[in-house]
Amino acid sequence: MVNKTQKTAHISTENLNLWFDDNHVLKDINIPIYDKKVTAMIGPSGCGKSTMLRCFNRMNDLIPGCKIKGKVNLYDQNIYDSKVDVTDVRTKVGMVFQRPNPFPKSIYKNVAYGLKVRGEKKAKIDELVEKSLKDAWLWDEVKDRLHESAFSLSGGQQQRLCIARALANNPEILLLDEPTSALDPQSTAKIEELCLELKNKVTILIVTHNIAQAGRISDYTAFIFLGELVEFAPTKEMFTVPKDSRTEQYLSGAFG
Amino acid sequence: MDFKEKIFQSITYIASICTIVFLFGIILSLFFEGLPVLNFTSIKDFLFSKDWYPTMFPPKFGILSLIAGSFVVTLGALVISIPLGLGAAIYISEIANKRVKEILKPLIELLAGIPSVVYGLFGMAFLSPFLIKVFQVPIGLNAFNASIILGIMVVPIISSMSEDALSTVPNSLREASLALGANKWETIMKVVLPAAKSGVISSIILGFGRAIGETMVVLMVAGGAAQIPDSIFDPVRPMPATVAAEMGETAIGTPHFHALFGIAIILFIITFISILIIEFVVMRRKK
Ligand SMILES: Nc1ncnc2c1ncn2[C@@H]1O[C@H](COP(=O)(O)OP(=O)(O)OP(=O)(O)O)[C@@H](O)[C@H]1O
Ligand SMILES: [Mg+2]
Repeated sequence: MVNKTQKTAHISTENLNLWFDDNHVLKDINIPIYDKKVTAMIGPSGCGKSTMLRCFNRMNDLIPGCKIKGKVNLYDQNIYDSKVDVTDVRTKVGMVFQRPNPFPKSIYKNVAYGLKVRGEKKAKIDELVEKSLKDAWLWDEVKDRLHESAFSLSGGQQQRLCIARALANNPEILLLDEPTSALDPQSTAKIEELCLELKNKVTILIVTHNIAQAGRISDYTAFIFLGELVEFAPTKEMFTVPKDSRTEQYLSGAFG
Repeated sequence: MDFKEKIFQSITYIASICTIVFLFGIILSLFFEGLPVLNFTSIKDFLFSKDWYPTMFPPKFGILSLIAGSFVVTLGALVISIPLGLGAAIYISEIANKRVKEILKPLIELLAGIPSVVYGLFGMAFLSPFLIKVFQVPIGLNAFNASIILGIMVVPIISSMSEDALSTVPNSLREASLALGANKWETIMKVVLPAAKSGVISSIILGFGRAIGETMVVLMVAGGAAQIPDSIFDPVRPMPATVAAEMGETAIGTPHFHALFGIAIILFIITFISILIIEFVVMRRKK
């Protein structure tokens, strides 16, 4: 495991345990997510990747029967602390889901949503909608049809719209849960490139089933197996000399 | 094809034909008996005169007061039932946990199962004296009373249909909204309700149709005065109540008889239009 004192983590977990009723899904997770880097989470289906991702913006709070112990520190603030405002956490830590899930509203209103909720002024919203769409590389494709339904976009465009919608909140961290698994190769490539561009501005944590994708875009990789963090290392290091035999087996495609 | 299967198919086919025959039979007899009213009054006087004196000589068949009575109690009912029904739907679909949901849903459906005459009795025996006491009005059987009772009757229609519409909104939209920093209330108001809009609107129109066609309650509690009300506490005589009250004392084939059928045509047209609107709303959503 990487020495924690080496760099300061942007967000990190401390002995994080999570249960869905009696199902112990995450076991003693300690992981640092470094500032302005792309961290990939890989592991076989059902090992707890999505669940872990959802701990970073407290989306698991919504699931009845979910119990969490341990800490998730955004810098030095535990986001599970009782005096923390959840909506504030979710504004700082944006999320993009596996299937594109735009609202049944116009392209503009999708991106403006978070800003509207926070009561921003119209002029400011206009400006940020444009900026966010540009940052998500969607602006040129939609600038003439901002008021058309978001459903008129292709799947890949919808996913970039969801990224733009998250970026409009000016998040520090972006969580992506298999954002390309429902997309064609071209759209996937575009989103991968976009991640590399975005890491100049935000810290990115991405769950992926695709080992090659983790290799292409991530600086660090976390391998999760049966709810445990088996290995966390710079991606290059892990992909060339995995320390754990289970990581080695997974990377060579033995299971998963 | 198998013989049994053929029989089964024929039976279901005949059943479906029967319903269509009934429908057109009713519509035909309605117009057959109703249109002759125009032999005794012009369509303009029928719809826009407020003088309903069917037994005077010469009789007057203006139904504006009756239309007004119907709309006053129906709109009053919607003012009461929309917030209550929608509120209940939101609570059941978005807020209540599973156990509370399992108790509340059948209870509200029970409300829908109570015969309307029971509602009417409640309005006469309890609500009427209550209104007289609280609002210091001379009569407790009036438009306000009918609005309240009809409103309670319409609540389960709006709540159960709206709840269905809310429940079909995919959870991924709620998650998207919450993940953008919206709280639960904002998520419901800005994402879930708009996404369920067509179902909610349909439920309100269906409730409207139920209220405007309801006969027993308005017969019992609306007061029965054929006048355009000045206040919500005036007694009124909605269209269905008029037909139900007067048909028994009218000889078949008289002008009064045809006028009552004429009222029924108006009711039918209003309900028909509301169903068309629902179809249109639902169709547009599917597209
Ligand atoms: N809402 C939930 N309620 C109860 N159990 C859940 C819930 N979501 C996930 N689980 C359980 O938690 C465990 C981890 O699931 P999770 O979705 O995090 O896996 P994953 O690694 O993301 O899998 P995949 O690669 O298939 O997406 C599984 O055993 C799953 O059954
Ligand atoms: Mg997952």
